[in-house]
Amino acid sequence: MTIIATEALTKTYGGGVTALADLTVAVDEGVIGLVGANGAGKSTFIKIMLGLVPPTSGALRVFDLDPVTQTDQVRARVGYMPENDCLPPDVSASEFVTHLGRMSGLPRTAARERASEALRHVGLYEERYRQIGGYSTGMKQRVKLAQALVHDPDLLLLDEPTNGLDPAGRDAMLALIHRIGNEFGISVVVCSHLLGEVERICDSLIAIEGGRLLRADRISSMTTASDVLAVEVSEGTDELATALTGIGLEVTREGRLLLVPMDSDASYDRILRAVADLDLSLHRLDQRRHRVAELFTAKEAADV
Amino acid sequence: MSEAGVIHDIGYQRYEGQRLGRRAGLTALYVHGLRSSFGLGRSAKAKIFPWLVAGIMLLVAVILAAVRSQLGEVIFTYVQYDDQMAWLIIFFVAILAPQLMSRDIRSGTLPLYFSRPVRAADYVLAKFAAMVTAVWLLLGVPQFIMFLGAAFTTKTGARGVWNEFLDLAPGWGYSLLWAVLFSSIGLLIASLTGKQAFAAGGIVAVFLVTTPVVGVLSIIGSTTANSLAGLASPMTLIAGIGAWLSDGPVEMELPIGRFGPVYAIEAVCLIAACLLLLLARYRKVASL
Repeated sequence: MTIIATEALTKTYGGGVTALADLTVAVDEGVIGLVGANGAGKSTFIKIMLGLVPPTSGALRVFDLDPVTQTDQVRARVGYMPENDCLPPDVSASEFVTHLGRMSGLPRTAARERASEALRHVGLYEERYRQIGGYSTGMKQRVKLAQALVHDPDLLLLDEPTNGLDPAGRDAMLALIHRIGNEFGISVVVCSHLLGEVERICDSLIAIEGGRLLRADRISSMTTASDVLAVEVSEGTDELATALTGIGLEVTREGRLLLVPMDSDASYDRILRAVADLDLSLHRLDQRRHRVAELFTAKEAADV
Repeated sequence: MSEAGVIHDIGYQRYEGQRLGRRAGLTALYVHGLRSSFGLGRSAKAKIFPWLVAGIMLLVAVILAAVRSQLGEVIFTYVQYDDQMAWLIIFFVAILAPQLMSRDIRSGTLPLYFSRPVRAADYVLAKFAAMVTAVWLLLGVPQFIMFLGAAFTTKTGARGVWNEFLDLAPGWGYSLLWAVLFSSIGLLIASLTGKQAFAAGGIVAVFLVTTPVVGVLSIIGSTTANSLAGLASPMTLIAGIGAWLSDGPVEMELPIGRFGPVYAIEAVCLIAACLLLLLARYRKVASL
């Protein structure tokens, strides 16, 4: 089902700054990555979807509703997590999320219950009565996610949800977003300027640059038949490369890694046998998708 | 807990219940603002100042009521009570307005509000209503205590109570005037900065700076200038309207002459201007 559909969407701010230009895209439900460099127009796209700024020209439908005229219906079904810090330090997470639940139109008791639920799902159940000022950055990001989730939206708009998090925190946040998209039945638009990060959890990707659509497609169709196996051994990488080439595999080196295209499941066995024969200690052997970034650069190069 | 130690993951539950509209959000914001005005639902530190001010005002009212009931003397009328408490109200406004407005700007909470059904106008209306109510309660409740002191010791029965109430009602109205004017000025100043201390200082400064102007104007030669002097400061502006509406308590140090309506017109314009500026500011903020 298509949840977001735009047609020639254009937004020009006063002063002639074009934030979005002629953007036509149809987005299916699932986890959607919205990637682009800073200033590519991601935030403007989100603001238009929320009915915060009207588009200059073109059309946008969210759940087949027009955010400009049917703002309330759209906002009731959409949860928004802003990029910047947006939490008051001197209230508890529970109190704050309950308040925002009520602002979204939930009755008092329902807001309280949903706030507890939302905080439990983001993993802050034990700490929910503590003041937000004492939270770590990771916990604050979770509160921001919880407030977007409190009114049970059908679509979450997350603006740079992994901002300021350490690698472990990033992984946890991405896993949580993946869970929301797949287990909760809520579609998620994840904005990021880090392609490598969102490609891990997304079903489809929209890449924009300078307000223009670069590419929009499902991840699966972008990465089919491009699986590779990454092999890492402690030493003797060169010998292994020679040995693998010897048994007819195409080997490329990438730093300490050897990349071998995966033709069939038998590739695993052949590589393992080669490693065993050379008596090397194997550090890593895993299947890897072609990085989506490579696809984009290839496409861009083709355009030029 | 039938099975201790077993954690049940019941998974995510969709919300099927009632969803209220935009008006419910406005009401929730109003109640939230009013509660936090008196530090309810916030840290103990946030409760100190509002309750200190309220405590002093209540104490004064209790003393006035006691004097009234025991000695039968009226020290302050309901209207005079408001005038006497002016500086306490200003401090209350100077602390409260930044808490309602600047806090949301400072912590960046506004995008969270404006991605929900509330609009800029709803936000301004809810905050204004909450503040007016808070300031009015701060004045109205002590006035009511004064009324109780007088009503329970009246010697003329029900008619005495009614007469006393007829004195109280304009007092309440006068308090509302204070609340509306000071709230609109206070909120406008507070909406300009995210720093609560700056906003509080700015509000006090507006009242501090304008008071000497009144002083100067009221002693220069011209009678017209003397009569219009009160227009320069919000405090004397209100006092002027009070004097005009109650046909001028003679002991007031500020003669307004026949310019009463001018005072009223300025007050209305001032309130309207403040609210419109607030609205314009939040219209801009709401588009992030």
